[in-house]
Amino acid sequence: MNKTVNQKAWFLILPVLLLVAFSAVIPLMTVVNYSVQDTFGQNKFFWVGLEWFEEMMSSQRMWDALARQISFSAIILAIEVPLGILVALNMPKSGFWASFCLVLMSLPLLIPWNVVGTIWQVFGRVDIGLLGYTLAAMGIDYNYTQDFYAAWVTVIVMDVWHWTSLVALLAYAGLQSIPDAYYQAAKIDQASRWKIFRFIELPKIMGVLMIAILLRFMDSFMIYTEPFVVTGGGPGNSTTFLSIDLVKMALGQFDLGPAAAFSIMYYLVILLVSYVFYTVMTNLDKRDGR
Amino acid sequence: MAKITLENLAHSYLPNPTGEDDFALKELNHDWADGEAYALLGASGCGKSTLLNIISGLLHPSQGRILFNDRDVTMAPTTQRNIAQVFQFPVVYDTMTVRENLAFPLKNRGADPAYIKDRVQQIAHMIGMEDSLSHKARGLTADAKQKISLGRGMVREDVNALLFDEPLTVIDPHMKWELRTQLKSLHHQFGHTMIYVTHDQTEALTFADKVAVMYDGRVVQMGTPQQLFETPEHTFVGYFIGSPGMNVLEATVTGDRAVVGGTEIPLGQSFGTPAGKVELGVRPEFASLQSGKKGLPVTIKRIEDVGRHKIVRTDFQGTEINIIAPEGAEILPDMNRVVFDTAGVNIYSDSWRVAPEVV
Repeated sequence: MNKTVNQKAWFLILPVLLLVAFSAVIPLMTVVNYSVQDTFGQNKFFWVGLEWFEEMMSSQRMWDALARQISFSAIILAIEVPLGILVALNMPKSGFWASFCLVLMSLPLLIPWNVVGTIWQVFGRVDIGLLGYTLAAMGIDYNYTQDFYAAWVTVIVMDVWHWTSLVALLAYAGLQSIPDAYYQAAKIDQASRWKIFRFIELPKIMGVLMIAILLRFMDSFMIYTEPFVVTGGGPGNSTTFLSIDLVKMALGQFDLGPAAAFSIMYYLVILLVSYVFYTVMTNLDKRDGR
Repeated sequence: MAKITLENLAHSYLPNPTGEDDFALKELNHDWADGEAYALLGASGCGKSTLLNIISGLLHPSQGRILFNDRDVTMAPTTQRNIAQVFQFPVVYDTMTVRENLAFPLKNRGADPAYIKDRVQQIAHMIGMEDSLSHKARGLTADAKQKISLGRGMVREDVNALLFDEPLTVIDPHMKWELRTQLKSLHHQFGHTMIYVTHDQTEALTFADKVAVMYDGRVVQMGTPQQLFETPEHTFVGYFIGSPGMNVLEATVTGDRAVVGGTEIPLGQSFGTPAGKVELGVRPEFASLQSGKKGLPVTIKRIEDVGRHKIVRTDFQGTEINIIAPEGAEILPDMNRVVFDTAGVNIYSDSWRVAPEVV
């Protein structure tokens, strides 16, 4: 059978091409445009090459923000992943309470970011917030607007509260898909609870867990709204993460060139890490699959 | 190795069973002799897996007791029963190597490392996987995985019983024969009590010394393959076993005569006057097609030649009667009578077999 050749078929991908162009490519190109030019105002730009990139690479401010960002992501992953698995393992498998838990755990995921920030901002206030007031009444020196540790703890606890559910729900879905026969076989083999987790549950939920880790990494690495609402990046610069710093630079100081160079590097880092995750994930499926 | 006794055992998945219909497994008394190979045969949903899970302790019965060597284990958890079970779908520990998989049950029981090494080698040889001992179990074929499951089931020598829950469902046909034969020779070698659940009659009949046929939550007959073939105790056994199954015809019986659809046929022996719904059962192997005036008048619908014999499908007043004719037999147009060999005729009252009167 002869295939019909019709080059007009290319027009069929035009809508998608336009959509991607307007949603991603063109905005990105304006950023690229800013990153290689400088201006003295009046909408007059001139070419500076890679100067902004060089400046940002040697900027202590950016490296500090990056270090804070990496620490933040590492800490919340180290808490949320094990905690999420633990919650998933202890959730009821079926019946009313299973549905109840699922709904209850989905609730934080449905709250808009700035509302979450506001909730915790109020919750943690020493004068009127339940948490802040209680801690202060117990004699604990807690003030997230002034104390470095208090600010970090607040931001981390807030993220754990907001997002552990996501990890738990994904892990729960993975656990639910394990056939009963595995648990029965484990009983017959006299495997301990730890071995059941180590050799049955963990390998079976590894796939969804990687997705959960990837999602949590990307989201936490780009976090802006919640810490901005709660601490505004302070005290000092202690909770100024990459996007907060970026916004300060781009909109606060109107340094368009450095901010654009910064955005592009930021974007590349996320792209790189996501690519590494993706590779690990696909290899996980294929490992020893000869 | 142990004798397994079931006493008044019954199970219902409902919390408060009222009628008999609520029971997935109806009351049952039974002895599984030490060292015998049994098959539990029945259609899906007849309660055979329920029974197996009660024996293995994954399920606790609603009533009755189970004894292993006269010791009550009804409420004992699986781990205390010291049994091995192989499931329908391969259960392997993906991240472990084949060797670790096979050693796992022994290791968990704290066996001596040197013994584990020997034993694993031995089992690997038995299931033909010596070459892949160091491979990860992940990524092996379903066949190989199921062989590992079988191996893990057999790795302990001191088990009370070895239970198989349709273990060959996922295995390729040619491997099925091989593994079944292997299981059988293992049984001869070690003399474990084996219980093998299946819905495949060939599998059951070739594997087991004794086959328990289950129907609607009940063991309707337990016997050797020959007993199941010659004297099915229940009409279900008749048509479930055999290919095609037994012909069952409504009849009225008085003494040594039966009347089927207006035609009288001799039975050879007396059955008295059975009450209830009376049926006559005869296997296709004991029916023959003849010309003349004797026997039931039938019309031939079609003839299936399966190579070693012919299956003649006939119609008798709306009921199908199957006949097995020898491969060489000629089937002529005037052959329109079915005659039964009296040795193969069984009489049923309300589906249960009526024993002939001893003269």
